[in-house]
Amino acid sequence: MSIFPFIVVAWVLAVGLYGIITSRHLVHQIVCLIVVQSSTYILLLGVGYKTGAVAPYFYDIPTNTPAVDPVVQALALTDVVVEAAVTALLLAFAVQAHKRFGTLDPEELRQLQG
Amino acid sequence: MDSLLPLAVAIPLLGAAGISALNPLFGNRRRVLDAVAILTAAGVTGLLVAIMLSTAGGQRVYWFAGFTPSHGVALGIDFAVDQLNSGLAALTATLVTAALVFSWRYFERVSTYYHALMLVFLAGMVGFCLTGDIFNLFVFFELMGVAAYALTAYRPEERGPIQGALNFAITNSVGAYLSLSGIGLIYGRTGALNMAQIGQAITGHRPDGLVVVAFVLILMGLLTKASIVPFHFWLADAHAVAPTPVCVLFSGVMVELGLYGIARVYWSMFGAGLGHHGAIAAVLLALGTVTAIVGALFCFRQRHLKRLLAFSTINHAGLFLIGIALLTPLGLTGAAVYVIGHGLIKAALFLCVGIVLHRLGSVNETTLHGRGRRLPVTGAVFGLAALALADLPPFALYLGAGWIGQSGDARELPWITAVIMTTSVLVGAAVLRVAGGVFYGIGDPPSEDPQMAEEASEETSETDEAKSRTPLSMIVPPIALVALALTVGLLPHLGELVQDGAVRFQDQAAYNATVLAGAHIAHPTPLLGPEDTSVTTTDVVTGVGTAVASLVLALMALYWRRLPVLRRGFEPGTGLVGPIRRFQSGVVNDYVTWMVVGLACIGGALAFAIH
Repeated sequence: MSIFPFIVVAWVLAVGLYGIITSRHLVHQIVCLIVVQSSTYILLLGVGYKTGAVAPYFYDIPTNTPAVDPVVQALALTDVVVEAAVTALLLAFAVQAHKRFGTLDPEELRQLQG
Repeated sequence: MDSLLPLAVAIPLLGAAGISALNPLFGNRRRVLDAVAILTAAGVTGLLVAIMLSTAGGQRVYWFAGFTPSHGVALGIDFAVDQLNSGLAALTATLVTAALVFSWRYFERVSTYYHALMLVFLAGMVGFCLTGDIFNLFVFFELMGVAAYALTAYRPEERGPIQGALNFAITNSVGAYLSLSGIGLIYGRTGALNMAQIGQAITGHRPDGLVVVAFVLILMGLLTKASIVPFHFWLADAHAVAPTPVCVLFSGVMVELGLYGIARVYWSMFGAGLGHHGAIAAVLLALGTVTAIVGALFCFRQRHLKRLLAFSTINHAGLFLIGIALLTPLGLTGAAVYVIGHGLIKAALFLCVGIVLHRLGSVNETTLHGRGRRLPVTGAVFGLAALALADLPPFALYLGAGWIGQSGDARELPWITAVIMTTSVLVGAAVLRVAGGVFYGIGDPPSEDPQMAEEASEETSETDEAKSRTPLSMIVPPIALVALALTVGLLPHLGELVQDGAVRFQDQAAYNATVLAGAHIAHPTPLLGPEDTSVTTTDVVTGVGTAVASLVLALMALYWRRLPVLRRGFEPGTGLVGPIRRFQSGVVNDYVTWMVVGLACIGGALAFAIH
């Protein structure tokens, strides 16, 4: 297993965080959050990858065939479900913000200061 | 009994589903939904108290679908329950019950999803406490997160709740994904997700870079939830806008769950494998101390009652982290008792603020001055709770503070007592100042600080208009919670019982053997020799001293302009307004920047210390 996937993970994570930090548009910011989460998918799949192994379905192949780790794939799937819930909720907030205040800029939305 | 464990999560989830399903039938008869929600939460409380009592003799483990470990290898997902995590879960359920009873009359109109979300929130928090699987921990973290974000924006028609909920959701999600990356890395190293299994796999090897990175990443989400500086920014924004009964849960237990997660991850997985206890303790102690001081200073300066209580929670989160970071049985005992006392008292304070909002329609200390005299009972409860927050014996908090301080002294860190006392005095004084000014009209009304007043007056119209009387269902919960905090403080042998749980919690070998081999460990091995948990005169004197000092400082703050020695026009804490506004900017971009800075600093410090 090469180190290449993990360099990609770090890169995607960094890009996503940079996007969240510099974003001036809520929808863009939420998409950047999805980018951050995408780095976890690559990480999970990269952790379970085996060179030359097949997908973990043993329907028509011998059960001792080398296969990639199915557990991380289940984790990635759960991760996708979590992401769907969080993203849907955040986008609903963004829609509300736009409906009520006509802006999606976090700076302009700022009303809370403490 | 073991087979009852998953019910503590299943019952609230079923209750939430049931309420959603019943809605079309009882849509216009809200009391049915209220009653179902309260009965569900109360039932879960009873169940969790029974579970807690049953764990006195040892941990209880439940394997889902009967996938028990085979030859010491965990195949399934487990709930592993001991005194401390079932106690925390019972506290959670108690506060949810109190918040739901309070909501009975608090909301004029309430939609179904409020009850359903509260019960899902409860299920997420209880699951987070009980689970023994690290990925499951992440899932429950997100489950309670999503419910909490939605509850924060319960009134989305205003600008504040949307902004607060967005800040809360984005910062906590970033933290959660960093934690998930850590979980992925540790799975790659050990091939396990069960915490005991992971602990067993990394114990006995020299800790390498990957394990350290995984530990730091997993900590990120938990530190964010625990609102430890510099990950704390979301907390005040979320508290300022969330409905008051929801704030009760945020401050009372959700923040503490983040700290529980740190303790759980450390003592079930990384403690034995990482070694370098001194270095890890030093990093966590530094974080806790900075958090305690920042929280106390910002708290003292606030005029917005909910924000003031929110910063007080940040202060206490720092103190709890200090107790955990000592890595001693007595320190953890102190933190656990402190968490129980603080949860009950802080919940009572928030409910009193809710009554003020219900009756007087404001949470601004400046405009409320003296108007609370119409609410004598609420004022008495608030004042008593404020004194308890300032460590007045015999409420449970002084015991926690005392034991953390004692444990610090035993490790030759006497400054810990000083940090606890000074920050508790500041926080106690801020809350007592509110009690005296708002409810008794003592002293001068605070002068209008234009910036702070503007922010405190951005009103939160949770209830439609000011009401003429306080319903019984709103005043009884805070009284009951204060009484409960008093009872806990007076329980005989409390220290021994909790220390017993703390010793078990910290014995990683016993945890592994119980979870993976089904062993029954009657007597866990303590990290240190048993420490004395008797209540000493010093504890009582320190507690009374802190409370009296808080009272004096509060009176000074109320009569500030009449004190002769000070130059005219000087307001205490004026210099803090600038920093507060600069750091607490309300823009999530800045908060995430601070999180990245914090990640770099903590990661750098731990990597340097361990290698």
